[in-house]
Order: sequence, then C-alpha cells, then structure tokens
Amino acid sequence: MLEKLMALEFTPFLISFKLASITTAILFIVSLFLAWNLSQSKSRFKPIFEAITALPIVLPPSVLGFYILYSLSFHSPLGRFFQDVFGIKLVFNFTGLVIASCFYSLPFMVQPLQGGFEALPKNMLEASYIAGKSKLKTLLCVALPNIKPSLMTAIVITFAHTVGEFGVVLMVGGSIPSQTKTASIAVYELVEIMDYTSAHIYSGIMVLISFLVLLLVYIFNRKQNHHLGGLS
Amino acid sequence: MIKIDVSKELLGSLGKMDLSINLDISSQSFVALSGQSGSGKTTLLRILAGLESAKGAIKVDDEVWLDETHSLAPQQRGIGFVFQDYALFPNMSVLDNLLFVRKDKELAKQLLDLTELLELSSRKPATLSGGQKQRVSLCRAMMNRPKLLLMDEPLSALDPLMRNKLQHEILTLHKKFGTTTMMVSHDPSEIYRLSSRVVVLSQGKVLQDGDAKSVLLRTQGSQKFSFEGELLDIVKVDVIFIAIVAIGQQIVEVVLDESEAKDLQVGDVVSIGTKAFAPMIQRLT
Repeated sequence: MLEKLMALEFTPFLISFKLASITTAILFIVSLFLAWNLSQSKSRFKPIFEAITALPIVLPPSVLGFYILYSLSFHSPLGRFFQDVFGIKLVFNFTGLVIASCFYSLPFMVQPLQGGFEALPKNMLEASYIAGKSKLKTLLCVALPNIKPSLMTAIVITFAHTVGEFGVVLMVGGSIPSQTKTASIAVYELVEIMDYTSAHIYSGIMVLISFLVLLLVYIFNRKQNHHLGGLS
Repeated sequence: MIKIDVSKELLGSLGKMDLSINLDISSQSFVALSGQSGSGKTTLLRILAGLESAKGAIKVDDEVWLDETHSLAPQQRGIGFVFQDYALFPNMSVLDNLLFVRKDKELAKQLLDLTELLELSSRKPATLSGGQKQRVSLCRAMMNRPKLLLMDEPLSALDPLMRNKLQHEILTLHKKFGTTTMMVSHDPSEIYRLSSRVVVLSQGKVLQDGDAKSVLLRTQGSQKFSFEGELLDIVKVDVIFIAIVAIGQQIVEVVLDESEAKDLQVGDVVSIGTKAFAPMIQRLT
C-alpha cells in the first residue's frame, strides 16, 4: 500500500485542479455579468436565457460532450476558423478541456449568483442609482459585496463540480496522460485495469478534498450569517 | 419651481386606476403627500425619482426631467430619496454610506454632527437601531445636495418618541439646506409640524391641496372639536345608549339617544364633534 502510494502519479490531480481553477476564474467573470443582467431583467425573453443557462444540469454529459466536440472540431466552421487563422486545435488538448468545462459548469456559477442578486433589496440598488452611480459601479460596490455567501457557494461549487466532471472531459479531452487525463478519468481507468488499491487511494483523496472544501463553505456561510444578521 | 404633469395607468388594489397628477411646487417648500394606501403616493415619488416610467412632463427649474421624447435617468436627476426600510448599504460603515454618494468628508461630518451620529461613523448599519438607520439614510440622501428630497413614509416604522426626534432633525436639515422636499406621511401631527403644504391623493387624483391647517382640521361650521373614529360598540344602559368609539390610540364613550343608536352600526367610521364649550387643557408630562 505504502509503495503504491509513493509510486502514485499525481499529475491527474494537478490537471484536475488547474482545469478547475482556470474554469472557475473564467466563469466568474462571464457569469457575474450574465447573472446580474438576468437578475435585473424584466424581459419576456428572460425564461429562454434561464433555460439555456440551466441546460448543462439536465443534459447527459455525453450529449453535451458530443456537441462541444463537434463544434470545436475540424468539422465545424468554428473549429476550422481557429485552426486556419490562429493555428490552434481546440479538441483533445487542455484548451478544449477548459472550453468544455466552461459550458459544463456554467449553471453552477450563474444560478447562485443570480439567486443572490435577486434576494437583494431592490431599494438598496435604487438608492445607489439615485446617488448617481452607474449599473457597473452598483454591481461592483453594492451588489457584489452583499452576496458573499452566494458568491462563496458559486465559486466553490463550480470548482468542485469541474474537478468532478467525467463524461465531457473524457469526450472532449480524450484522456491523454499529462495533458487531459484528470483525476476522475484516472480512477475510471484504474478500475478498468482492476488496480483497486490505486483506485482506492485516488478516490479517497477526492472524497477527503471534496468534504473539506464543502465543510469550509458551510462554516464560512454560518459565520457570515452570524456577523451580518441578515441584510438591512 | 417644479412643474409636474404626469399620468400612468396603475394596477391598484381596486383594479385598474389612472394616476393623473398636476402639481406646481415652489422651491424650498415642504410638501406632505397623504392619502389612503393604494392612492398612488409612492408611485408619484418613484416617477419623480425616475425609478418608474410615466407619460407627461416633469420640469425642475430649467431642466427637463421628463417629456414625450425622453426621460432623465435617476442617476442624472440629482435627488435624494429616503426609503421606509432605510435601504442602507450593509457592507459599508455609516460614514462610507455617506461618502459613497459623494466624496465630501466635510459635508458628511457636518450632517452626522447635526443628527448626533458622529460617534457611530465607523459602525456597520446592522448594528444600529431603526431610528439611527433612518437618520443615516436621511444624511445619505442629503449628501449630493439634492434639488429635490423625496421621503417615502420615512418615520412610519419608528416608535413615537423616535419619530418626534427625527421630525425635529428633518426640520433642522430642511431649514439649514432649504431643500425642496416631498414626504409621504399618514401622521397628522407630523404633517402639521413639518410641511407647508399638504396634498391628499385619492384614486390617483389630487383630492385636496392646501396648507396643513385647512386640510387637516376636520371641523365643519361652528364646530370647535371634531374627531374621526371607528364605532366599536353600542351599549344600552337603562334608557340611554353609550357608543364606544376608537379615536387614534384612545377609546372614548359618547352618549346617544335611541334614534341615533338605531342609525349607527358597529364598525361605522364616525365623526365626533362639539360646539361652544370651554375645554380644559393640562400638561401631562
């Protein structure tokens, strides 16, 4: 067991966490504006955008993976454009993995943020507009600092969800060692070759990290609620 | 001078209602808006603030805030707004709430000093009492030296003692800065004390418009006293009847004869008035 542990390859974990960090950072920027606009929108078309945003939750990862794979590959205009103009291949490498993860984890960032923004008292935002502040300034200085628990939830769940993704990563990334083989795929492959000891160690590490991360979120949110005593 | 001529279709408690208001408000005046809930008071304030759309025109001195073609954004109107639920920014200290509006430390300190909040400058809103929060909100609204200060039932969530104190502070600030002010209020003593003019709305229209005394005094003809109240009960005692009426926070008894008692029903809104007599007035506290 100890030998196995010493000899274990930790690159899949590094890839998983690198992927999750980059995806979370990109999604935070994108979702901040998306969630804010959705929360403030009174448009008739809002449900359409909300449904599209939530699609990755209900779609089987293989379906999502297939569409992403197809649209990034050389067979689609987009994939061809990137390859011809920038010389970048978008599938079966880390870049493709990041793009796919951004689609896959989008609702996990957007929904908590949108919920947080919608729960803010409308008067508070109006007070900021009346004080002469733009929507952007209101978002950054008033709305965002007052949804800390939602913000924390959004970031952590997005990160954890990206670490845990399997189907999409396998389809778009193709499990290339040291490039696109993430921890979740590594476990799958270890089980397939019946190396149960290594699979146990990998899985154990994943469970432990996930538990600690979630525990921290709940402790943080509890403290926030105690300190703020709710809004207003 | 503020010229208001706006209309808007509203969905009120009694179905569709047309808000249609035409008012001229002179500079530095203090106007109280009164009327039953659902009569369009808050909507009128929100239209003035640019938070709600409306048809018509709003002109403030030479500035056009609203006409057929465009509506000035709330950001550009230069107003102050005090909400009933304070609407402070919980992530900022008292002082930062004020400075967020305008980076003018001197004015902020002056306002906090006037409202006795200077010691609480660095506190977060969540740690303040209701009265303190509303004072911060009032100071914040004064920070951009507004052309028009709008207050939507600013004191209705506070207890009577705190209300008195804040009425005094609102008056102090009004006298010091001379800001044209519109305040929604239901409290006659508050309206009388603060405002120079009362506008009563009903079903989206101006029902009464005048100085506080002429609008608020509910006497007719030679009546000296007149109170409105709700008839709670009629009790028969020997040959007479006694009506029990709630007036404000007090309950009074009035003697009725049989014909009067037959005419009235429990739950009626009644007016109790009296003529020529010499009332006694005594200090209680």
